[in-house]
Amino acid sequence: MVESLVVGRGLSKKFGDFTAVDDIDFDIYPGEAFGFLGPNGAGKSSTMRMIGAVSPATSGRLSVLGMDPRTEGIKIRGRLGVVPQEDNLDRELSVYENLLTHGRYFHMKKAEIDLRIDELLEFVQLSERRDDRVDLLSGGMKRRLIIARGLINEPDLVILDEPTTGLDPQARHVVWDRLYQLKREGVTLIITTHYMDEAEQLCDRLVVMDKGRIVAEGSPRELLERYSTRDVLEMRFDADQHLQAMPVIEEVAERTEELPDRVMIYTHNADEVAAYLARRDIHPISTLIRRSTLEDVFLRLTGRQLIE
Amino acid sequence: MTTPRAFLIVESEWRYYKRTWRGTVITTWLRPILFLLAMGVGLGTLIDRTADQALGGAGYLAFLAPGLMAASAMQTAITDSSWPVRTGIKWRKHFWAQISTPVTPDDILNGLMIWVFIRLVFVSTAFAVVIWAFGAAPLGRGLTAVPAAVLCGMAFASPMAFLAAWFKEDSTMIALFRFSLIPLFLFSGAFFPIDRLPDFLEPLALVSPVWHGVDLCRSITLGTPLTLSLWVEVGYLLAVTVVGWWAAIRQLRKTLNL
Ligand SMILES: Nc1ncnc2c1ncn2[C@@H]1O[C@H](COP(=O)(O)OP(=O)(O)OP(=O)(O)O)[C@@H](O)[C@H]1O
Ligand SMILES: [Mg+2]
Repeated sequence: MVESLVVGRGLSKKFGDFTAVDDIDFDIYPGEAFGFLGPNGAGKSSTMRMIGAVSPATSGRLSVLGMDPRTEGIKIRGRLGVVPQEDNLDRELSVYENLLTHGRYFHMKKAEIDLRIDELLEFVQLSERRDDRVDLLSGGMKRRLIIARGLINEPDLVILDEPTTGLDPQARHVVWDRLYQLKREGVTLIITTHYMDEAEQLCDRLVVMDKGRIVAEGSPRELLERYSTRDVLEMRFDADQHLQAMPVIEEVAERTEELPDRVMIYTHNADEVAAYLARRDIHPISTLIRRSTLEDVFLRLTGRQLIE
Repeated sequence: MTTPRAFLIVESEWRYYKRTWRGTVITTWLRPILFLLAMGVGLGTLIDRTADQALGGAGYLAFLAPGLMAASAMQTAITDSSWPVRTGIKWRKHFWAQISTPVTPDDILNGLMIWVFIRLVFVSTAFAVVIWAFGAAPLGRGLTAVPAAVLCGMAFASPMAFLAAWFKEDSTMIALFRFSLIPLFLFSGAFFPIDRLPDFLEPLALVSPVWHGVDLCRSITLGTPLTLSLWVEVGYLLAVTVVGWWAAIRQLRKTLNL
């Protein structure tokens, strides 16, 4: 059996009376990309900060790289790469100076850091901006720079808290490419995100968090099989058509969901359902047929309501 | 041997300073020159005509200069320790980046205090040179007063670092500056002996570390006896520095390792 790189058991984090992380268990294995999914305020960042050995757990057990964050935080952080959710680059310094400063905190020598910086800037496609002040970079460039900064010490484990939030599709794909590449090199990745496509693309295994608890766990595929159907039909109806259609739909659907403007029909075979409805004289204004995604799982597990 | 982590913080403060040093030239050199010109030379010639032995027999310029040296160490210390802590937590946020590495909140605070110490040595030495150029004290005596001025500064640096880490809002700190800095400065004993203060204010001036710094610096440059004993004055400044340092480390741990 492979030994886990990160183990959480009954892990909780309280801020005063408020429980941000509520008794969660997880195992993260070497070389995998592990995702924490969840809506705003689910407790993802709080969990990342505990794993990052900067925030002590209120209760429970946590082991990171075989060490205890409470007593061996310095050693743990030395082997960790951290990409925080919030941008904390030094805007008044240049791209190069930001990376140099960060590298020095790991006791790396300047010559060694210089080599690493050239490599990393190449890796995140920022070589041309090496001597520009961070102020002058676009949001996406800053994000890539923070990722480069998190890799300066050649970490064994990289924690990425919403690595692509705020990026355009091109920049997201660049980041994903880079993360794949890291994974191929054997680096273990922990990723939080609320982009389901990101989780599907990157994560070998993931947990879905909601209100501080883990509500589901598995590979993207397992989760799809367990919590959703293969296909989804999204149909729009006139108000009166809608009432007539619902009983018929219920006959064939695995599960349905009525939204203000459409009906979601979950089924293992969309074509059969569409044909059946046509035979029964149900004619929606529009029909969209698609494969079910992690987003459907996510919404099913964590609800459609905004909690805040 | 590996560099202690606190020195890595000093190193990055230096890297940052290289980008922003221009603004500090004015406070380092121009402030003492302007003050000594206006208060020492300008006001001093008026005072010297009427002054009795209250100033210790020396001219006003010679009386004022060492006091200003200590008071200006205080000012440098306050700005150089409070804003970096504030911005490190809230605006530049570089403390959060630092603690994600092997660096700890303790290292950050120790590094920052060492950096302020270096700045104080530099600023106070510049002050000694200006005093000498004004003919207010021999260079040797001015330089001998540098450690006293630096110690006076440190007694403000560490408590201010604590407050800056403790306050939730910038406005609290700005208000504190507004209401306490000017009285601290004016009633430090730099401009006139504190026995001239109303009786109820005198003990307050004595509790403030800056008076001890002023008294030490003045006694060194003028060669006059100290008001209290050397051990009491130095001991007091050291004690305030150490207590402030301890409080600041505890608070920074609390703020950063939530
Ligand atoms: N320092 C703090 N003090 C008090 N409450 C906090 C603190 N940090 C986080 N919380 C609360 O803990 C809960 C979880 O926050 P956390 O940042 O872990 O969520 P998240 O899953 O990362 O959300 P998001 O997707 O919005 O980043 C939130 O309700 C938040 O308000
Ligand atoms: Mg978060």
